[in-house]
Amino acid sequence: MSPVIAVDALSKRYGDLQAVSDVSFEVHEGEIFGLLGPNGAGKTTSVECVQGLRHPDSGHVRVLGLDPQTQAHELRSLIGAQLQESSLPHRLRVGEALELFSSFQPGGPPWRAVMQDWGLTEKARAPFGSLSGGQRQRLLVALALVNNPRVVFLDEMTTGLDPAARRATWDLIERIRQAGTTVVLVTHFMDEAHRLCDRLAVVNHGRVVAAGTPGDLVANHQDGVTVRFTARGADTGFLAGVPGVRDVETEGGQVLVRGAPTIVPHVGKALVDHGLAPDDMDVVRPTLEDVYLRLVDGDEA
Amino acid sequence: MRALGRLTATELKLFLREPVTVLFTLALPLMVLYVLNGVFGDQSPAGGEGGEAGLVVYRGFDAADWYTPAYVALAVAGFAFIALPAHMVEYRETGVLRRLQASGVPRGVVLLSQMIISLVVATVGAALLVGAALLFTGSSPPAGTALFFGAYLVGAVAVTSLGLMLGTVLPTARAAQSVGLLAWFVTLFLSGAGPPPEVLPDGLRRIGEWLPMTPVVQVLQEPWLTGEWVVRQSVVVVAIAAVSAAIAWVAYRWE
Repeated sequence: MSPVIAVDALSKRYGDLQAVSDVSFEVHEGEIFGLLGPNGAGKTTSVECVQGLRHPDSGHVRVLGLDPQTQAHELRSLIGAQLQESSLPHRLRVGEALELFSSFQPGGPPWRAVMQDWGLTEKARAPFGSLSGGQRQRLLVALALVNNPRVVFLDEMTTGLDPAARRATWDLIERIRQAGTTVVLVTHFMDEAHRLCDRLAVVNHGRVVAAGTPGDLVANHQDGVTVRFTARGADTGFLAGVPGVRDVETEGGQVLVRGAPTIVPHVGKALVDHGLAPDDMDVVRPTLEDVYLRLVDGDEA
Repeated sequence: MRALGRLTATELKLFLREPVTVLFTLALPLMVLYVLNGVFGDQSPAGGEGGEAGLVVYRGFDAADWYTPAYVALAVAGFAFIALPAHMVEYRETGVLRRLQASGVPRGVVLLSQMIISLVVATVGAALLVGAALLFTGSSPPAGTALFFGAYLVGAVAVTSLGLMLGTVLPTARAAQSVGLLAWFVTLFLSGAGPPPEVLPDGLRRIGEWLPMTPVVQVLQEPWLTGEWVVRQSVVVVAIAAVSAAIAWVAYRWE
């Protein structure tokens, strides 16, 4: 199956700033694909090139078989977008907004049905300016879906939302995927990417530094696991010779053995062979967050 | 076309929801008429101070007749210079234009819808002003009515294009507000809509001759006063409309 979006060696420079350099990724039908990275990493520039809103300096982009640079008009009716920092006039009412935006791209479902679907009917006459952050996001998502797109781009959906509204927005995004629409999610929140994305690319300084499923990323970019147990008084010097073990540290009665993920069974066997069977052996594995922070090198902080 | 119609209708509805802006837009021409007519309106061609100095002002026409078509230009500029540019920049700054861009609305539709709204609102203001002038200031009706309507169309499109240009070139809403206001006052003082050009010092008069609003005022005045069409100035006005609309198109940004 050919990918819904194929990006190959995309680059974009603004004056002295190389915003995007040699970015490549693919998005498959029906998945939630994430672009994760710190602010200013080049995520937004990349997806805006993919949508045909910006002209890349070089690289090759195909979306649903179309070239966003030369076929932006045809593409527009097949995709939906929630752009970063976009807004509506404050006096525009919810119903009017849906009616207006559905008139821009005819062929989608009736706007009243979209309004009903996203739970906005009771707010139909409320002006945009009076809506809460969560309600605004719901309306903006509804506007992105009003033309029944095959791919929807969501850029920084939850920035500035309170935790409850963030969770509600996550549910909205999962609903979009359940309806069969492919989602490209741009975010700088690791927990959001972990919770929602089937696959993701970590972007830093304009480059893709890692890509894959959240599980792949952890497996491929971790610096190993830690095996921890209590061995009061016993000599555990032999563990340094176990295959894959990088270092052994003793803290009070606690022993910390660090190394490749494969050390876990070997350490267990070596302990048993030496007559030790601790009852509190734990394996500490890195989370996606640890991997992410390692990949972006802490320069977000 | 459908998008243009919907966007324009929606924008008009939003405009009517802002009572202060509506009031300002409609009250400004009437205020101009009342205040300026009080200042300059009683000067007859041969009388007053100007007459005593042997200076012929208003080219020998009645002040009230001279000013009514000039105020029409001020009325149109009131919306096109003061309200329109700030509105457009605000849409750009707050991300409304980005939202439109994401839905594939072409820039031509955005610019044209703003132009239509500005023309509709300005025309209501201008009609109010002309009505009030005819009723209360003793102004004569236009000598050439059809020609005046033609001149109004050309002039109003040019003024609105200038406003669109300000709305696309100026960087911030605050800049748009101050520059728009300045442009309006310069029109009032130097382009023949306030003090008669004859009483301006040489330097200021020469500056006035180079301002884009001066030929607009002249194009409106001639059919009203003499029933004639000024060819040279109207060519200039059409050129101003074309150039400023082209600049607005090129300088247009979504964010």
